[in-house]
Amino acid sequence: MRYNEPSPLEVRVISQRFDLPNSASIDTYLANDGYVAAKKAVEMTPEAIIDQLKASNLRGRGGAGFPTGLKWSFVPRTTGKPTYVICNSDESEPGTCKDRLLMENDPHQLIEGMMIAGWTIKSNKGYIFIRGEYRYLIEIVDRAIAEAYERGFLGKNIFGTGWDFDVYTHTGAGAYECGEESALLESLEGKRGIPRLKPPFPAVVGAFQSPTILNNCETYSSIPVIFRNGAQWYADLGTPKNGGTRLTCVSGHVNKPGVYELPMGFPLMRLINEVCGGIRNGKNLKAVIPGGSSSPVLRADECTDILLDFDSLAKAKTMAGSGGLVILDEDTDIVAVALRTIKFYAHESCGWCIPCREGTTWLKKVLSRFHEGNGLKSDIDLIAELSNNMMGRTFCALGDAAAMPTTGFITKFRDEFEAYLAKTSAAKSPELLLA
Amino acid sequence: MTFSPALEERFAKILSSYPPGRQRSAVVPLLLYAQDEIGYVSQDLVEEVARRCNVTPLQVDEVIGYYSMLHRKPLGKFHVQVCTNIACQAVGGEDLYEHASRSLGLKNKQVSADGLISLEEVECMGACSWAPAIQINYDFHHFVTPERFDQLIRALQDGTYRKAS
Repeated sequence: MRYNEPSPLEVRVISQRFDLPNSASIDTYLANDGYVAAKKAVEMTPEAIIDQLKASNLRGRGGAGFPTGLKWSFVPRTTGKPTYVICNSDESEPGTCKDRLLMENDPHQLIEGMMIAGWTIKSNKGYIFIRGEYRYLIEIVDRAIAEAYERGFLGKNIFGTGWDFDVYTHTGAGAYECGEESALLESLEGKRGIPRLKPPFPAVVGAFQSPTILNNCETYSSIPVIFRNGAQWYADLGTPKNGGTRLTCVSGHVNKPGVYELPMGFPLMRLINEVCGGIRNGKNLKAVIPGGSSSPVLRADECTDILLDFDSLAKAKTMAGSGGLVILDEDTDIVAVALRTIKFYAHESCGWCIPCREGTTWLKKVLSRFHEGNGLKSDIDLIAELSNNMMGRTFCALGDAAAMPTTGFITKFRDEFEAYLAKTSAAKSPELLLA
Repeated sequence: MTFSPALEERFAKILSSYPPGRQRSAVVPLLLYAQDEIGYVSQDLVEEVARRCNVTPLQVDEVIGYYSMLHRKPLGKFHVQVCTNIACQAVGGEDLYEHASRSLGLKNKQVSADGLISLEEVECMGACSWAPAIQINYDFHHFVTPERFDQLIRALQDGTYRKAS
């Protein structure tokens, strides 16, 4: 089911079956173009499949926006080692709740996307890594996998090609960092989810030391329609270099928060005002966190011409990330949001590398005292310095993910931090203010 | 250790799903599913999982502290998890957690004296667009007001609680 009303402005491509009765069942899937794309794909060469994906302009929906066809082209197919197809359904980026809907409402679409990946690199095994909190989805996906075996879409000699492909679910157990691809692979191998040094990238040395395709749940779910309707058709839904649609997750101070499927490049202000019914209680917009909590915040005045695709948001010095937007109204306490954000990263940092472990911890300490009213004037620059020192100096992207939003809050809302200090320290001794 | 037939069946399926010699992969899933049945990760369970996955107890032990869902002590029969991350925070998640803590008389990760309810302030659970959200064990509850929260707790206490979706 969906948990919010759909919007007439949506372009329903990967969510097209969400409202059908028994949408998760294989019968519903088969009655609505199911497994047609995989059938087409097994008649294609790997090169032709990768060319189609490149032409579709599909980019990774997990956060980095890396072109999917290019990623697949990096996987060596002649090493003689087994190869693996891994789905990242460890959805944990704050603000993001789309993979839930994809697995709950259309698990066969995901399985079919993974089949196409499997055929491309002649893999025999795929794993869907699902965060532990999503237990009910593991049950739904397991049921779908069993149905796919019964009908011969998984298992031995698929479509009479002689190719075998098995798919399994694998549960996480609560760790944001396992959304980072190399940490996910460590976790899949039964270890602490500590990131690997790269290169080699997972394409070459991935799961079980073997070549691996690793994509996000939404990325795989977007693949069947590309082979059904054509790469050009898919590319044309979006903007240049940003093909297709995206499940856009909106939360915060709008009248109609929800997950909406919108074409890449949809204007941010139309999303807020038309799809989501504007800011609630007649308030004004203050800020938007555009791509999960790792993305630098946009002030309201920066939002006017923003299009929601990877390149437009990168140009605005933030990112489309995971597609989770948190909309904040004029009454929002930015210091409190910055503190809650860094508390999260401090909690989730694995401690493997020092800039992240110490950086997130010290940022949390400084922001906590600031928020409690014990801040110093020098803290504002200290926060900026601490986060700048983490940026680009950590093993994995978690350090950057903590630094980027912190730098964003402190630079774009410096006046709020200063006002906060003035307000909370009015009663404090003058020496402290001079510090 | 003995587990229920259903759990044994699941274990067999999980252990057979990884490539030959890669049974270590099953460590975290086995711990989590077993914890659901026996209530927590006991030392016996650590040793049992180590034996079944053909790794040392230390290799099992070292993952437990990393994963926030694995617990070395029993939780309440109903583990109430309140999200306060930014999407929930924006619409009252922190107030909801405060309300929960006050009304249950429990601090973070504490268990009620009768063992029925435990409380935890958790990170983003993937319900951002339907916030504020809580999970009771594995069940999601969306758009939870303090009043709705109290209703759910009463249902847990008088045995009438049913899954939301």
